[in-house]
Amino acid sequence: METLNTSRRTFIKTMTLAGGGLMLGFHLPISSKFAEASTKEQAINAFIRIAKDGDIAVMVPSSEMGQGIYTALPMIVAEELEADWTKVRPEMAPLGKEFKNPAFYMQSTGGSTSVKAWWQPLSQAGATAREMLIAAAAKKWGVAATECEAKNGMVLHKGSGKKLGYGDLVESASKLQAPKNPAMKPKDQYRLIGKSVKRLDTPAKVDGSAVFGIDVRVPNMLYGSVKTSPVFGGEVASMNEAAAKALKGVKAVVPVPNGVVVVADSYWRAKKGVDALDIQFKDGKHANLSNESISKSFHQALENKGAIAHAGGDVAANLKVAKKTIEVEYEVPFLAHATMEPQNCTAFVTQDSCEIWSPTQGQDPAAFVISQLTGLPPEKIKINTTFLGGGFGRRFEQDFLIHAVLASKAVGQPVKVVWSREEDTQHDFYRPCSVSKFQIGLGTDGMPVAWNNRIVCPSILTRVLPQYVKNGIDPTSVEGANELPYGIPHQHIDYVMKDTGIPVGFWRSVGSSHNAFYVESAIDEAAHASNQDPYQFRRKLLDSQPRFRTVLDMVAKNSGWGKSLPKGHFQGIALAKSFGSIVGEVAEISITPEGQVQVHRVVCVIDCGSVVNPDTVVAQMESGIVFGLTATLNGTITINKGRVIESNFHDYKMMRMAETPKIDVEIVQNTEAPGGVGEPGTPPVAPAITNAIFAATGYRIRKLPVSIHDLKSA
Amino acid sequence: MITLKINKKVHQVDVEPDTPLLWVLRDTLGMTGTKFGCGINQCGSCTVHFNGLPIRSCSVPVSAAQDAEILTIEGLSPDRTHAVQQAWIEEDVPQCGYCQSGQIMAAAALLSQNPKPTDADIDVAMTNICRCGTYQRIRKAIHRAAELI
Repeated sequence: METLNTSRRTFIKTMTLAGGGLMLGFHLPISSKFAEASTKEQAINAFIRIAKDGDIAVMVPSSEMGQGIYTALPMIVAEELEADWTKVRPEMAPLGKEFKNPAFYMQSTGGSTSVKAWWQPLSQAGATAREMLIAAAAKKWGVAATECEAKNGMVLHKGSGKKLGYGDLVESASKLQAPKNPAMKPKDQYRLIGKSVKRLDTPAKVDGSAVFGIDVRVPNMLYGSVKTSPVFGGEVASMNEAAAKALKGVKAVVPVPNGVVVVADSYWRAKKGVDALDIQFKDGKHANLSNESISKSFHQALENKGAIAHAGGDVAANLKVAKKTIEVEYEVPFLAHATMEPQNCTAFVTQDSCEIWSPTQGQDPAAFVISQLTGLPPEKIKINTTFLGGGFGRRFEQDFLIHAVLASKAVGQPVKVVWSREEDTQHDFYRPCSVSKFQIGLGTDGMPVAWNNRIVCPSILTRVLPQYVKNGIDPTSVEGANELPYGIPHQHIDYVMKDTGIPVGFWRSVGSSHNAFYVESAIDEAAHASNQDPYQFRRKLLDSQPRFRTVLDMVAKNSGWGKSLPKGHFQGIALAKSFGSIVGEVAEISITPEGQVQVHRVVCVIDCGSVVNPDTVVAQMESGIVFGLTATLNGTITINKGRVIESNFHDYKMMRMAETPKIDVEIVQNTEAPGGVGEPGTPPVAPAITNAIFAATGYRIRKLPVSIHDLKSA
Repeated sequence: MITLKINKKVHQVDVEPDTPLLWVLRDTLGMTGTKFGCGINQCGSCTVHFNGLPIRSCSVPVSAAQDAEILTIEGLSPDRTHAVQQAWIEEDVPQCGYCQSGQIMAAAALLSQNPKPTDADIDVAMTNICRCGTYQRIRKAIHRAAELI
């Protein structure tokens, strides 16, 4: 059994600054208010350390970006460990092979995988430790282990009534052989899993002490501000380096890919240094790109033959004989992530080491990039993962890390590079724009018999993980479109991969963020074309899909579908499976005389199988819905002359309090395998809204966002 | 040297007078609870109290903060016992948590002016952005805090 180097923890170096801030040294606690453990801790395995006083640290291999994983994963460990929950605290795992996400074989967080991928290994870690603690107690008492039980952080001997706390047992337990097949609890005996537990990170997030990447302070640290070419792929043509260096506090101007980092003794001085550079760029080959040119080329590409994502039956023949045929095209724009915490990273590169402090979703990708930049082997690289001020897929990328590593390498001191909001908005890896075309043949009963769907979309994985692109199919481009739940006998779904030169990346719910809009709009159009209720129409197509049908029925019931609504209110329904979970949503809207859409209520039902922390599932649905509403109503990134026009929150608008509807969430109770929850709340929102707009106006929105349409005259 | 009074403590800082208060708090004084989000008075992540009123510290030069009573998240309570913090914990409001210092300062300012705000009052006063979409819980927590005060 591997044990971690626990001495690290005793090296917590804190230094009070003028204002009472905390300087973080070798070890990064989750809160600047957390002191080191009260007593020395002993590792019992890679995931669990126990102190003499019974405090338990659980090493969390997933990054906490809001999804509640710092609570959910410790709950899984504590359940099998029979720990006293009040003594459990999360700690971010360092770089290590034990911490590779089993879903991706790399240390990273994404794809709504953390609970489903870690449930088994962490249950195992907890059960292993529990059996070792029992064995240690039994040995000490000279009794059989079978006569002992573990409960609430103690081992008890049934016959004699003797008991010992885990803190008293951990040292001897850690020297024992780990059992290979520890007994796991039956699910009906869970005490903690399945109950709503308060998040362990909340206290640090209400008093300002939670340490995000941007809050990191290390001794002798300098600050970096970035400017890169507005046109993607452009290069620095000229700049007035002397003007920047003449400013107080400016230390260096460091070249980075497509731009520069100005290093100074404070962020503000670094930023003023950037402004003083009067930097000019050579635009490069993408200078003529625009939304219009991209959109036109995508619609043209709909005429191309695609790679087959799914095919069954004979679509062509059945389209010919269909009683009625619908032919429609849809389109969505690029979108930025707009994490509240702008991209940033702190790095300290020396001759023979590199340490970074990063709000990252990808520890292994970070280590790989550092190796490439510094030539250092993995064992010389140390990665401290901070809290992430939002991730949504953006922080899987390593562009901000490159800036920090290059800046630190150039000046020989630790450097914290912080992007401006403008850099962040204009240099994202965007949710791809795409178009989708359907031909749907309806039979004599009005139900669809043939479904022909072609998607034109840039590929994310070709750049990020090319090994997953097979036979011309990027699975993230077709997810949400290629495995329909609906019983349509003849289906053909294909994909035309089309690069644009604009960087694209994972954006909360990835391909399902557009394909759910396409599919659930198209099915709604089919329902209306055959004069059927959109809920009942979907229901008929779900005869052999009981889990989908349950979700659909529950969301219809909870939303009062078909019942009378306040005057001027209309509903739209949508259903989508993503990341292993099925989500149904009903949006209730009205439209003002000025043509503004007001969203009054969103009712959501999720079947995500077994649940660890129900309140977190509810919170993630609320979050995914607001995220989807922002995109649906206003979200657009406009490319003109090869650059992004939007720059900050005044023109890249987010939902705020006053626009946010009431959100009601219900979780389907079952014991199926766990699904994801971070992303699946987002996909059904867009079609639920646009289907409701159709119900209200008879106007079908086939291109997002809603704000580009004039609903006043609709 | 500029003299600042922050959380009832006096600080002398040697910075350019046009430096935004936000960066003096964060970089010069090490009070990192106040966050940078947009730099243009849009998102409210940097909200602090300025003589009791909520302001966005990214858009206030430090020179304008001389002689003012500045309160940051670090000074709201010594031990998370302010009613807003208590309510935030009870409702488990934060997700990523990045905007929450600003949300809490905005909510505390609202409640000090208006101890029993209606939903409409909350809509007007709470204009800070939360990308995790915790608005429904923020609303609930403000009503809860109003009961606790």
